[in-house]
Amino acid sequence: MTSRATRSQPSRAAVGRRGRVGAPAILLAPFLVLFTACTLIPIGYAAYLSLFTEKRSGLGFGGGRTLFTGLGNYTRALTDHAFLEGFWTTAQYCLLYIPIMIGTSLLLALLLDSTLARARRFFQLALFLPHAVPGIIAALIWMYLYTPGISPVVEVLNSLGTQVDLLGHPLPAVVNIAVWEWTGYNMVIFYAALQAVPREVLEAAVVDGAGPLRTAFSVKIPLIRASISMVGMFTVIGSLQLFTEPMILHGTSPGVVTTWTPNMYAYTAAFERGDYGLAAAASVLLAVVAATLSFVVTRLTRVRSDRRAEATT
Amino acid sequence: MTTLTRPDRTRVQTAPPAPRRPVRRLLYLSKFAVNGALALAAAYTLLPLGWLLTAAAKKTGDLLGGRPLTPERWNLTQNLSDLFTADGGVYVHWYLNSLLYAGIGALLCAFVCICAGYAFEVYAFRGKEKLFGLVLLGVLVPSTALALPMYLIASKVGVVNTFWAVFLPSLVNPFGVYLARVFCTGYVPGEVLEAARMDGASELRTFWSIGLPMVMPGFVTIFLFQFTAIWNNFFLPLVMLSDNRLFPVSLGLYTWNTETRAFPEYYPLVVTGSLLAVIPLVIAFVALQRHWKAGLTAGSVK
Repeated sequence: MTSRATRSQPSRAAVGRRGRVGAPAILLAPFLVLFTACTLIPIGYAAYLSLFTEKRSGLGFGGGRTLFTGLGNYTRALTDHAFLEGFWTTAQYCLLYIPIMIGTSLLLALLLDSTLARARRFFQLALFLPHAVPGIIAALIWMYLYTPGISPVVEVLNSLGTQVDLLGHPLPAVVNIAVWEWTGYNMVIFYAALQAVPREVLEAAVVDGAGPLRTAFSVKIPLIRASISMVGMFTVIGSLQLFTEPMILHGTSPGVVTTWTPNMYAYTAAFERGDYGLAAAASVLLAVVAATLSFVVTRLTRVRSDRRAEATT
Repeated sequence: MTTLTRPDRTRVQTAPPAPRRPVRRLLYLSKFAVNGALALAAAYTLLPLGWLLTAAAKKTGDLLGGRPLTPERWNLTQNLSDLFTADGGVYVHWYLNSLLYAGIGALLCAFVCICAGYAFEVYAFRGKEKLFGLVLLGVLVPSTALALPMYLIASKVGVVNTFWAVFLPSLVNPFGVYLARVFCTGYVPGEVLEAARMDGASELRTFWSIGLPMVMPGFVTIFLFQFTAIWNNFFLPLVMLSDNRLFPVSLGLYTWNTETRAFPEYYPLVVTGSLLAVIPLVIAFVALQRHWKAGLTAGSVK
């Protein structure tokens, strides 16, 4: 459509068009080359690899033969108890983590957005700060805070007369680390979205006699559904990638095995057993599940955000 | 609508004359509850960092014995010198590597993203929205699922266990392109570009001297988030690197942490090393508050 419009214009536009063909190509090229090399080709290669298996010759030394197995690796992964167990762990993790994290960050954003909150800048920064802590260090800090003898938390719990074995329950232990890392980050997203809610709408709600709770649930939350949907999507993708935190707990918590999550399964298959075909199949399955789930999440929570986006731009 | 609001408005007007003292008390109480809840959440996020701060100054015995820190047990200087000399001063290497991976990587990544986002925003070309959709699909691919095939490709090309194996993949951030496009929509008015073209500036010249300076706030935002992402990245270096002189801090601390079971004297090294690894990011986020808030706002619009 636009090309027809420029074509109908006189010479100056034609000169502009010649420049405009080259410029976008030059500007896009670096990203597209890197994107192809580091995202598209690896996906394609993983899909290709997942169709082959390596047959080791007798002693396991030297190059083996690569055999085409079709979907053999996929059936191997999907019938492997450890792999399915990993997905089951992830499902449990999601069921516990996502409602807690999104609920808490939404609640905190609503509190911060209320007229009663003080020191908004401080609270935003304080709650966001864990995002600046590398996941591996967050996991290390909490591992120390779970360990009896080192941890002041365990000491306080013991002095209160409760004996809790924090390391004995890996699932809540990992969920807590993730909640600590991500609640403040997502709260800032929700808070930013709440700030963008037009004041007239809120005033109208007050005039209509809605109290603060009613306003929060019937006006504010529906209006920021697009943000909730986006956060939900990224949270699902992040949850499926669960790796760092359980890797740290693996050493100290007996419940965390090397195939605790699908990602750890793929890592173990590739780097401890050298079974690249199986690892590739597991990676592809993981990517497919991630894409499907994030599609479902956005479909479930998406309200006509296109129209809103058009209105804001 | 007006018929609905009218009776309610009268209700609002009649509300204030009701008994004043309980209302004020209720207000006071809810103010207390709201700020109390926020303070509690802030305590939850800040106390573990406070623990790290004190733990970094403890001797091995005090750390493992859970003894509180007192001035006479202060051991931070000793811990720091142990940290810098352990294993032949490898921690300094890790730190410099992280600065290199994250600093240069984020700088280049932000530039590449801005270039692409600007092209998507300013120009019309065939298949543009399809291509943009493909880039957005890239956001959905779990980066850890890419690490394994990337390792195998890197080993074929012969760059496994080199600087490039970690550096090049960290230049790609599809979400950064999306953010860059949103920022270009907001910061670069089309009329200004048109004026530059009228003055005879070439397209690339227009981008370099008009578009790029105008989206600088967006550039800083993407830089900040990518810097954090690379600094915190653990899986990719774990897969790619085996020479510990190439490790970033995150991977180095992980390997030291696995040593602690056999050698408890590594505990203070891990804790003090963690503290030092957190400091630059905390400073960046405190100093650049406007930018990360802008990034999260832009991301939340759609």
